[in-house]
Amino acid sequence: MSASVLFDAPGPRAVVRNRIYAVLGSAAIIALLVVSVVRLSDKGDLAFGMWDIFNYSGIRQNIADGVVATLKAFGLAAVGSLVLGVILVVGRLSDHRPVRWLTTVFIELFRSIPLLITIYALWIGFLTDYSMWALALGLSIYNGCVQAEVLRAGINSVPAGQREAAYALGMSKTQVMASVLLPQAVRAMLPTIISQLVVTLKDTSLGFIILYPELLNSARLIASNTPVNGLYPYVSTIAVIGTIYIAMCLALSALATWIEKRGRRAKTGVAVLPPGQQELQIDPL
Amino acid sequence: MNVLLDHFSAFRDGFIGTLSITAVSAVIALVLGVVMAGFRVSPVPPLRFFGTAWVTLLRNTPLTLLFLIATFVVPEILFPGMSPYVLGSLALGFYTSSFVCEAVRSGISTVPIGQAEAARSLGMTFSQTLRTIVLPQATRIVIPPLSSIFIALTKNSAIAGAFSVVELFGWQKSMSDLGYAIVPIFLWVAIGYLVITFAISGIFRLIERRMEVAR
Repeated sequence: MSASVLFDAPGPRAVVRNRIYAVLGSAAIIALLVVSVVRLSDKGDLAFGMWDIFNYSGIRQNIADGVVATLKAFGLAAVGSLVLGVILVVGRLSDHRPVRWLTTVFIELFRSIPLLITIYALWIGFLTDYSMWALALGLSIYNGCVQAEVLRAGINSVPAGQREAAYALGMSKTQVMASVLLPQAVRAMLPTIISQLVVTLKDTSLGFIILYPELLNSARLIASNTPVNGLYPYVSTIAVIGTIYIAMCLALSALATWIEKRGRRAKTGVAVLPPGQQELQIDPL
Repeated sequence: MNVLLDHFSAFRDGFIGTLSITAVSAVIALVLGVVMAGFRVSPVPPLRFFGTAWVTLLRNTPLTLLFLIATFVVPEILFPGMSPYVLGSLALGFYTSSFVCEAVRSGISTVPIGQAEAARSLGMTFSQTLRTIVLPQATRIVIPPLSSIFIALTKNSAIAGAFSVVELFGWQKSMSDLGYAIVPIFLWVAIGYLVITFAISGIFRLIERRMEVAR
C-alpha cells in the first residue's frame, strides 16, 4: 500500500496501528456475522430440515425451471435490447432532424421512467396473458435505450479521420456506419455493453412482480409451499436463490473483464474502454 | 385526465411517498457508501476485504431479491413487525450504497498521486492532506456519477411499491385495478418520475457549477 494517494508507506508506528485496526475491524465484522447467525438459528431458520428440502427432486426441478425461465427472458431481452440499441443509435445520429428528434425523445423518455412502471403497463395494457413477453419487451425497450447511449459514446470515440476517410473513399452513409463506425464502437464498448447485460439479467427478477414464473417466483413458491415443522423456509430458500443469482451475474461480469483484458493486448489501434469508465455516465440500475 | 382528477389525493400521496423513500434511502446510501469507500482505500486488509465483499455481493444481487431479504430475513435478525417503509428504505439504501462506494472510490483514486506526495513533502499531516488536497478534488469528480446514481435510486424506488410501500407504482397498480385505461395512468406516473429526476439532475448541475474552479 505504498503507492496510494491517501497514505505514505507506513512506518513502524503506523504498522502497529494498522494491525490494531485490523484486529478490531475483524472482530467487529465477525461479531456482526455471529450475532446474525445466532439470531437466525434461535428462530429455527438454520435447522437441518430447512436445508434438507433442497435434496428433494421436486424442489430441484422447481429451481431448474426458474433458472430456465429467467435465462429465457434474459436471452430475449439481450437480443431485443441490442437490436433496438443499434436501431436507436442509428436514428439518433441520423441526418434527418425529425428522425433524430423523435429518437432522442424516445430514448430520454424510456430511460427516465422506472423499468417496473413500463413492464407493468405493458403487462396490464397489452400482454396480460403473456407475462414473459411483457417482461422481455419492457427490458428490451429500457436497456435498448441505455445500449444506444453506450454505442453513441463508442461511435464518438472512433477518431474523426476514419469517418472522413471512409466518405472520401466514396462509401455511402450506410456503409460508413455499418462497416467503419459500428464495429469499432462495439469493440471499444464491449465491456460496458456486457456490464449492461448484467443489469438486464438482474432486472429479469422484476418478472416476480408481474407473476412471470422466473427464479424469484419459484423461490417464493418453494418457500410458501414447503413448511418445515410449521415454519416456512424463506431464509434458506433466499440464500440458495441469491447464490445462484450472484453466480450468474459474476460469470457475466468476469466475461466483461476478460474481454477488456484481451482487448488491451490486441494491437488494432482501437482502445477497449474499461467498463467502469462509461458506466458512471450511464445510470447504474 | 379523469384518472388523475378522480384520485388526485392518492396520486399526491404516492408522489410524496416516492420522494420520501428516495430521500431516506439516499441518506442511508451516502453514509454507508462513504464508510465502505473508506474501508476499501484503508491500509487495513480485513476492512478492505469487507468493503470489496460488500460491493461485489450487493452489486450482483437483483434489487427485488434484496426486497425479499428485507421482508423475510431482516425481521428475523432484528425484530419482527418492522414496517415495509423502513425495510424498503434499508433494501434501497444498502443496494445503492455499493454504487456510491464505487463512485467515491474512483473519485479518490483519480486524484493524481503527485498531489498527495507534494502535500506530504510540505509537511502536511494526514488530515490536512485529506481535507485540503484530496477530498476537494475527489468531490468534484464524484458529483456527476452521484447524480446518475440518485436518479437510478429514484427509479428503483418503484420496486418498493410492489412491497406495500405507498408510492407512485402503488398508485399505478391500484388505478389499473380500478379499471382505468393504462395509457393515461402510465403517462401521469411517468410525469411524476420525470419531475423528480429532472429536479435531481438540476440540483446536481447547480452544485457542480458552484464547485467549479479555474484550473
